[in-house]
Parts: sequence; C-alpha cells; structure tokens
Amino acid sequence: MSLRRTPFFAHHKAANARLIDFGGWELPVQYTGILQEHATVRSAVGLFDVSHMGEVFVRGPKALEAVRHLVTNDVNIPIGRAQYSPMCHPSGGIVDDLIVYRMSEAEILICVNAANRDKDFQWMVANNPFPGEVEFVDEGEAWAQVAVQGRHAAATLQRLTTADLAAVPYYGHTTGTVAGVDGCILARTGYTGEDGFEVFLPKDGADLLWPAILEAGAGFGIAPIGLGARDTLRLEARMCLYGNDIDDETTPLEAQLGWAVKLSKPDFIGKAALVAQRETGLKRRLVGLKVADKIARHGNPVVIDGAPVGVVTSGTRSPTTNENIALAYVPTSHAAPGSVVGVDVRGKAAEAVVVKGNFFERDY
Amino acid sequence: MSFPADRKYTNSHEWAQVEGGRVRVGVTSYAQESLGDVIHIDLPSVGTKAKAGGPVAEIESVKAVSDIYAPVAGVIVEVNDALADAPETVNSDPHGAAWLFVIEAADLGELDGLIDADTYAAHVAAGGH
Repeated sequence: MSLRRTPFFAHHKAANARLIDFGGWELPVQYTGILQEHATVRSAVGLFDVSHMGEVFVRGPKALEAVRHLVTNDVNIPIGRAQYSPMCHPSGGIVDDLIVYRMSEAEILICVNAANRDKDFQWMVANNPFPGEVEFVDEGEAWAQVAVQGRHAAATLQRLTTADLAAVPYYGHTTGTVAGVDGCILARTGYTGEDGFEVFLPKDGADLLWPAILEAGAGFGIAPIGLGARDTLRLEARMCLYGNDIDDETTPLEAQLGWAVKLSKPDFIGKAALVAQRETGLKRRLVGLKVADKIARHGNPVVIDGAPVGVVTSGTRSPTTNENIALAYVPTSHAAPGSVVGVDVRGKAAEAVVVKGNFFERDY
Repeated sequence: MSFPADRKYTNSHEWAQVEGGRVRVGVTSYAQESLGDVIHIDLPSVGTKAKAGGPVAEIESVKAVSDIYAPVAGVIVEVNDALADAPETVNSDPHGAAWLFVIEAADLGELDGLIDADTYAAHVAAGGH
C-alpha cells in the first residue's frame, strides 16, 4: 500500500527531511536533527506538519449533547473554546484522546489522533445518541493542519493574519485568513508545552502556507520540526501519546487524566466502569519517572523487589534537562512522588524515582 | 555513499580496521545517520571477552537504543573513554575519532568473513537490512 502524503510533502522533500512511515503517512521524522529541532521550539518557534491528524465535524441542534455523551469531559465550554478529553469504551478503556472545539451552537469539531481516524469515526457514528438529529462527518480528507509552537509562535502567525491572536486565550480558537488561505481555524493549543497555535486549513491551496510561515518566522529563528522532536517535546510536557501511554486497555483514571473525567455528568460512555474503578480503587497509575544512569524505553518492565509490577510506556533523555525521563504504569502503592522503583533496561537494573508534575515548565 | 577502503565492514554497520594483531571497531557513517543524534554510549570493560557477532556495546540515540556487535571474537583491550563526555562524536566523525573499542582478535582470519567497502556500500544502497 502506498503511503499517504500531506499537502506539504514537496517542502519536506526539498528540505531533505528524513521521511518515515507514520501510521500509513509519509512524514518527516527529522530535518536537521532531533536535538536541534527540540531546542528551536524551546527557545524560539517551530513549524510542524500535523496534517495526518483527523477532523470530525458534529452537526445538528443536539451536537453538544451528543459529544457530551461520547467523551468523559463535560464540554462545558462556550463557543470559541476547546477542551481536551478522553473518549472511552463502556469498559472505561480509552478509544482515543481528543480535542473538542465548539464552533457554533450546532457545530463541534473534534480533532482525533491520526492512527485512530477510522476507529474513532466508526465509534462515534455507532454510538451517536441522536441518529437523524446529529450528523458525524469525517472531514479529514478536506483539511490540512500545521502547528506553530514556541514563544514566538503568536508573533509569527500574527504577521500572516488579520485575526486578533492576542485575544485568543489558551484553548481558545478563532477563524480567519492566514497567508491568503481563507477559512482557517486558529486554535491556541499544542503538543509541546509551549505557547502556540494549531491551524486547521482547507487542503486546497494549503501548500502556500508552509513557506509563508517559515518566512514570517525567519526573524525569530523558526525551523520546520519533525515527529522525532514532537515526541520528545510532548514527553517533557508530560502529555500522553495514544498507543504508547494510553490505549483501549487503560482507563483515564489510571492514566492520571481524571481531571478530564467528569463523573458528576449525568451519563457518558464508560461512566459506570470509571465510577466502579474509583470506588474499588486503582491498582495502577501512570507516573512520571526520573531514571538514574539509564534511558528507559517503551516496554521496559518496572520492577519492585525483583518482580515485574509495571511497564514503561514512554522514555527518553530530556533534551532540555538532560535527565532520563519516562512515563510508566506502577502499582498504586508506589505511585506517590518520591517513591523508588526499579526499571529493567535491557537486562540491566536502573533506579527510578516517581516525580510530580511536568518534566519541564516554560519560563514565559 | 562511499566508505573508507582501509577496513572491513559488517552487515550490521560496524567497521573493523586491523592494527597489527588488533582490530579497531566503530560504526559507519550510514549507521550514525540512521541513528540520528547520539546521546549515550555503553562501552564494554577492558578485559571483556567478545564472541564474533555478539553484542558488546550499546549506542543510544534520542529515539532508540542499538546493539553494537563484535565483528570478530577476542578480548576487549581498549575502549574509547572520550565518548562518555562527547557521544555526539559518533555523528561527527564515525570513521575516525568515534572508534568504540579495540579487540585483541583470537583469530584474525575471521576478518575474511567480513565485507569490503564496495560490498558494504552496495548493502547500504539496497536498504542496509
């Protein structure tokens, strides 16, 4: 099967990016090097092609109610705001984690993970509480998406649009023309821990936006950023990666996403299971680890007294702090910050300490 | 891509250069490019016995960890300690300053089983697997 390409493919090729198969998409993993790209986003601003992400529109007078039934968060937000939420199976396992954008009274945009596009859309349609009244439309093929992330992201984009970006709060969004491309949605969201925007744009004519953003950000030191740095950036910001840290078998409560689960909501898919899990107590939790000497990786066992009790779900050396950081499921008995566990890194034991909060906080 | 003709290569992307009865070992420029930014190297201790084709070292890049295999059997007699503080040397000078270790070969004849620079270049051109 041939790989799918985004509207910006020719720019990646021209920039000599190293391209990989990412969930069926031919995407850049790096342009110049992960460490350099990571530092560019932390110190200045970077441009990401995230066109592989999926866009599902929910339309109808009861669109909001339908989405509230599907996701665990309350979507208690006004038009022009967005909210992060898991979407669960009746078992409490996570179908996907997504961002919900309230566009108007009768329209909601849901941004879903690339690897889950088909699964999510089918799930939403099959579990639509108001068939005939609410319509789910997979518009992933019609939209491209870029992320502009870093301390100079707003200033970079502001040079290309008349939309007032200073008026857009974190997790807010607006619409406008960007670099001559009409009908863009500019959302102050991201996957890096930095300030920045994710811009949804109609695929037709999207191509022009890439060089326009690079030119607008040139004075700030902008550079294109690949998936490799996207992963190290999100891990430092302690954001989950679906398929690595969370999946159909893990619940949002276990993954420490309880803040995005509103058990007080009258009803949503997975509520009964999550209520029961909270009442009986969690057996495991996803925690942040700092690992001594070794770099823990996805799949490395977590060990206590020689026995495997959990698993590392993401791990790298933080390019910002140079510490070995990881996310791992550990027994609740060892989930408190300061707890010490072992990690079996390819047969060698490494000591790890459970840490609270992000591995990185921005300084602006 | 071309590679220095003064040494032999393995399909797993190590180079092996004979110096008297000893063999100096590193990874190729193709390997470093595939790995990306190298951030950590685990080298064996001097005195370690290596089996031909056995894992003796690890190179960590940002993305992943890779085993480095001994091209010939023997005893590790020297390791490049300078890499501990400058692992990025593997990216900048893989065929030179970033040599990894030296093996006192049990049988230098084992080198005949390795491939030459042209054959290795063809291997890489074919995908390197």
